[in-house]
Amino acid sequence: MGLWSLMEQFFQQLTNGLAVGGIYALIALGYTMVYGVLKLINFAHGDLFTIGAYLGLTLLTSLALNDYVGGFLGLFILAVMVMGLVGIIGILLERTAYRPLRQSPRLSAVVSALGASIFFQNAIMLIYGAKFYVYPQDLLPVVPINIFGLSIPLMRIIILLASVVMMIALYLFVQKTKIGTAIRAAAIDQGAARLMGIDVNFVIMIVFFIGPALGGAAGLMVGVYYGQINFTMGWIYGLKAFTAAILGGIGNIPGAMVGGLLLGVIEALGAAYISIAWKDAIAFFVLILILIVRPTGLLGERVAEKI
Amino acid sequence: MKNANWLGYIVFFALLAATPLLLDRYWVDVLNSVGLYLILALSLNIILGYAGMFHMGHAAFYAIGAYTTAIINTRYGIPVLWALPASGIAASLFALIVARPIIHLRGDYLLIVTIGMVEIVRIALINDVFGMTGGANGIFGISRPEIFGFRITQPIHFFYLIWFFAALTVLLFSLLENSRFGRALKYLKEDEVAAEGSGIHTARYKLAAFVLGAGWAGMCGTLFATKMTIISPESFNFWESVQLFMIVILGGSGSIPGVILGAFLVMGLPELFRDFANARLLIFGLALMVMMIVRPQGLLPARPRKYNLDSIRELS
Repeated sequence: MGLWSLMEQFFQQLTNGLAVGGIYALIALGYTMVYGVLKLINFAHGDLFTIGAYLGLTLLTSLALNDYVGGFLGLFILAVMVMGLVGIIGILLERTAYRPLRQSPRLSAVVSALGASIFFQNAIMLIYGAKFYVYPQDLLPVVPINIFGLSIPLMRIIILLASVVMMIALYLFVQKTKIGTAIRAAAIDQGAARLMGIDVNFVIMIVFFIGPALGGAAGLMVGVYYGQINFTMGWIYGLKAFTAAILGGIGNIPGAMVGGLLLGVIEALGAAYISIAWKDAIAFFVLILILIVRPTGLLGERVAEKI
Repeated sequence: MKNANWLGYIVFFALLAATPLLLDRYWVDVLNSVGLYLILALSLNIILGYAGMFHMGHAAFYAIGAYTTAIINTRYGIPVLWALPASGIAASLFALIVARPIIHLRGDYLLIVTIGMVEIVRIALINDVFGMTGGANGIFGISRPEIFGFRITQPIHFFYLIWFFAALTVLLFSLLENSRFGRALKYLKEDEVAAEGSGIHTARYKLAAFVLGAGWAGMCGTLFATKMTIISPESFNFWESVQLFMIVILGGSGSIPGVILGAFLVMGLPELFRDFANARLLIFGLALMVMMIVRPQGLLPARPRKYNLDSIRELS
């Protein structure tokens, strides 16, 4: 009896951690893909995630999608729209803030990214106001699903499944398609890729569409999962997702997925068994530890470049 | 060139000393916060401007200084100004411990880690570490400073205290800039390998820059604590660090006149345009982006050091 309830608590925390980890992984993919091609930490990525959450809410309330196509299909259409819009914002961001700086020292681009992040965050605040927003809670029927005697909220399962599906789709896209091959080539050596007839600017554009689109989807997920969004949430999620990307090895796409899921689980278990008050600090301790002990991450290959 | 700078500082501080006669309480208070941020930004400038390390967790050192002052003042009744060295040393020690393993990280990674550091410090303060920081409410009832029996209470008194400290900072850091230490930092910023090859122990110099910058920020924390008489973790959130970072980058990293200009722009300008107060960070974000494209070295960049070649020729 006592053992079972302990086990149940553990598995609840584990599945919760996996769901949150899936969200971290989706955001981390954006960091890792951009880093792979441009060697730039896109500081504004966390705010693109926030934009996804706000756009999702706006579309949800203004289009009243749920009235026409309820449930899963409505959420799916919403996710596609949010991903498309955030992806376009990502492309615009690259054009205005990063492309003019491509030949500059790398740290100039980092400062510009930081500026973009501050800009987005405050633009959201000016448009929507500084208050918390609440997502409607009746998007899906609230039925807990029973798995091996463990009742898990439906939304948690959907979040986890959706993020895994997107990750697999991205992995197949990068590994199997022609554009994916071009992305990998540009990540290894931009100059050589250009000589092989790859339009590197196009590749960068694609990367800046996919990364923010996944981040936007993650924003929507946070909205429907936690129900509450705020204009500053991009910073903390962005930093945690960046930690996840480093944990898996930055520039490495499967690494971001593993890192995200792992960080989600570490955080959920740490909050449950160590201290809830230090929950937000856990990711930062992980980050500092990994950078000191193994800066290339868990799946990162040994690179000549010193970090 | 150097003399022109000194003359400029003297004129600037002399004019500034006269301004409280023309301004009301409110504007004196605005100038006080400009002064505090100037001192902080100058201390960040050692790490970010001279040594070129992308450090965005300066609020952590500031917080440690302020909390050290608050704790020893409210618990042990030690006068606040006597807490000044203790605060500096506490922040320096903290920097020594945390910076040691991270200074070798490359620019953008260092940036992320220092952001993590300032968040950990803030969370630690909220969680009331050692049972001394008062949790989310912070510490209140910090006493006012007293100099030779004169109690400093009014904004105008603080104006002279803060700006005296700011002028002292400008003086000392100008001397530091041209010292062997300052030149070594600038060298390792330009080219770390070449600096190492010329016999500069880069790791030690970087660490020294961190410790010095942190200690100075810690002492500035004392001024903040006694000016506010109440401090809480929210006074030292991540945005404080961002603002300091912006002052140095926009003004001109590694340039003292640039940092002075930056402090007035970032802290003072929003007060002039209060109607746009909400949009100020939006504008600063935009400014950072435009600046990196148009003028990456900042508004008043550091002038390269000039050597008088004729005098060298005469010697040889």
